[in-house]
Amino acid sequence: MEQPIISLRDVNTYYGESHILQSVSLDVFRGEVVSLLGRNGVGKTTTLQTILGVPSPRSGEIRFKGEIISGIKTSDIVRRGLGWVPQGHRIFPTLSVSENLTLAASRARPGSWTLPKIYDYFPRLQERRNARGDALSGGEQQMLAIARALVQNPDMFLMDEPSEGLSPRLVQEVGDLIKDLNRQGVSILLVEQNLHFALDMADRVLIMNKGAIVFQGKPEQIRTNPLLCGQLLGVSMGKEPRSGLVN
Amino acid sequence: MLEFLTVQSLNGLVYSMVLFLLALGLSLTFGLLRVVNLAHGAFFLMGAYFGTTVWGLTHSFWAAVVIAPLGAALMGGLLEKLWLQRFYVRDELDQVILTFGFALVFSDLMKVLWGKDIRGFPTPSAFSGAVEIANISFPSYRLLLILVGVALFVITWLAIERTRIGALIRASVADRVMVSGLGFDIRLLFTIVFAFGTGIAGLAGVLGAPIMGIYPGLDFEVLITTLIVVVVGGLGSIAGAFWASLLIGMAETFGKALVPEVASFIIFALMAGVLLIRAWGRDEEEVE
Ligand SMILES: Nc1ncnc2c1ncn2[C@@H]1O[C@H](COP(=O)(O)OP(=O)(O)O)[C@@H](O)[C@H]1O
Ligand SMILES: [Mg+2]
Repeated sequence: MEQPIISLRDVNTYYGESHILQSVSLDVFRGEVVSLLGRNGVGKTTTLQTILGVPSPRSGEIRFKGEIISGIKTSDIVRRGLGWVPQGHRIFPTLSVSENLTLAASRARPGSWTLPKIYDYFPRLQERRNARGDALSGGEQQMLAIARALVQNPDMFLMDEPSEGLSPRLVQEVGDLIKDLNRQGVSILLVEQNLHFALDMADRVLIMNKGAIVFQGKPEQIRTNPLLCGQLLGVSMGKEPRSGLVN
Repeated sequence: MLEFLTVQSLNGLVYSMVLFLLALGLSLTFGLLRVVNLAHGAFFLMGAYFGTTVWGLTHSFWAAVVIAPLGAALMGGLLEKLWLQRFYVRDELDQVILTFGFALVFSDLMKVLWGKDIRGFPTPSAFSGAVEIANISFPSYRLLLILVGVALFVITWLAIERTRIGALIRASVADRVMVSGLGFDIRLLFTIVFAFGTGIAGLAGVLGAPIMGIYPGLDFEVLITTLIVVVVGGLGSIAGAFWASLLIGMAETFGKALVPEVASFIIFALMAGVLLIRAWGRDEEEVE
């Protein structure tokens, strides 16, 4: 079988005494988009951050492109080719748009995404080049967060609720962007609350509950399984799917 | 009367700029590392003593001005790398206690190495004269200090606001985890900034020595005043440190000249006043 680009094996993560991730195992294969779903507080963000070493897992093994990355420094993990789009954007508020991007670009791996190409692709960021991070709208901050990861030419994205707080039109834009990146061969582990969006994007879906992966399957399996939706995601899948949907 | 005002204002400016050099390092270090370095005053005194030693060896004021701050920066860099860095995972109280411990250790070491007597320090011959300003003659060395302070304010401000490394520092002040998440190892940056801050404190020590003298206990004296400046200016703000240095430096200078009995009380009162006004401002915001 094909080698996964990232794999977690029996990963346990603690915040102080609280045992958050409980023996989590998952794989993402090259070129795949995998959506990680689950109610608020089940450990989705912790899963992404554990991959990045903030914090490192207390036990278990994480491999990226075949090599063990659990236990090494965050900066070294990232430089092996991971792009982090964190929950809530985390744009540097006191840096301008161009400073945010230039900073990321100064630590980039070689690849096809350059600053000029980024500005071409995100004309809105070009227009707002000199605006401070904290002067941007939520949508602009989200675009910048994605652009900031993209300019580093990662082999894989870790995206944490990129559709959070966006208008339907912008959710659509982020969706197109994700599909576009995926077509270029980038793998994506996508954490989402927006069920419809997540199912649209995903080749495969994982559902978390209380710090453990409790379901793996195809998007269709979830669309047709009201029990899963109700119990694990806290949503009902009617004709008009709504939920943690933002719109 | 006018003469008195002019002289005291100039003296106040000189003292303010020495305070600013001290506050700059303390404030920058706090902004980035989130550690209040209570050993900061020790680096000031260390710079002054290093200066006397270099002067004793070379009889060159300028050699002292260059080498002494580098010595203080080296000691600061080592302190951060070998000790402080292990304490970032601990809580703030542990870190403060560690730096206070070093303040005491350095203080005693300096007594052992350089003795307990008050030492003087000569002004450089190029600046031993005086300059005519508004009918009074003012020592040119003191004017030099004012210029150095203003120049360092402008240079550091530009470096932080306009350069790549400045952007990295601002980013790390705002969100250091995100900075690591972009692939930067900020431990080196922490060491560099801490060394820079202690180096500038050392510079303040050696530059201030010809007018303030050098003696045991000066480290804690300047530490207290610098802490007040940094609290008034807002921790982490360079411009804040600059304006607060002017305020406190002027207040203390005029206080000593006009009402010497209560001079040291004045700056504490100022600090309390600023804190009160800030607290009121916050209360109003909350009410809105
Ligand atoms: N820094 C932290 N310190 C302590 N507990 C945390 C921290 N971050 C998250 N948690 C806890 O870990 C659990 C999982 O959180 P998180 O991974 O953010 O969930 P999700 O992203 O699925 O909403 C929650 O119970 C949360 O309260
Ligand atoms: Mg989350």
